[in-house]
Amino acid sequence: MIRVAMQAAAIDVGAELDLHDAGGHGASASFIGRVRGDDGLVELFLEHHPVMTEAGLGDLAHAAADRWQLAALTLIHRVGAMAPGDTIVLVLASSPHRSEALAACEFLIDRLKTDVMLWKRETFEDGRAAWVEARMGDEVRAERWG
Amino acid sequence: MALNISYFAWVRERMGTADEVVDLPVGITDLTALLSWLAARDARGALAFAEPQRIRAAIDGVMMGPGAPLAGAREVALFPPVTGG
Repeated sequence: MIRVAMQAAAIDVGAELDLHDAGGHGASASFIGRVRGDDGLVELFLEHHPVMTEAGLGDLAHAAADRWQLAALTLIHRVGAMAPGDTIVLVLASSPHRSEALAACEFLIDRLKTDVMLWKRETFEDGRAAWVEARMGDEVRAERWG
Repeated sequence: MALNISYFAWVRERMGTADEVVDLPVGITDLTALLSWLAARDARGALAFAEPQRIRAAIDGVMMGPGAPLAGAREVALFPPVTGG
């Protein structure tokens, strides 16, 4: 089962894990990305493309399913305004074998950072706002997967 | 040629609009030329496209490199490198 979603509502990690795990799988790997409250950050805003963002998430999910033997895959990204501590992204990958579940999970979060149309804007308590710059290290990590 | 252009993140803010329809002059046939034309058109374009190497693009929903041709394109999206995850 592949579940892909882009949503403005909070991500309910427990409910998503229950849905993902229905039936039980041998090995499940997860990645949970949360908003950091560094440097007095009060809001993280995620801008997206009305069509290409969700399509990009779906393409990534299917690329992972083609590459590894996966029993279930969940890829959910939040968009819009978030506060420190909120979950931005949830990746769940399950397989009969742990190595495939772990590899798929890492592939999905690495490639998500470079391939999917999402942009972060940070607003700080002094009112300053700035778009986050892409990091070269993210491109290097994403390229490892070919 | 009429072309829909949409802008995202700081490109959108610098352009002061999320999208527009432009009438492309003859000779603007690829993405590189489009960015140069927008940069030369007005002050907003100059600010948004001063560093074209920082701009990424999609034509009709597909990510494209700088030299991609515009022939047949209906919509071009222009944006900075993505920062999700």
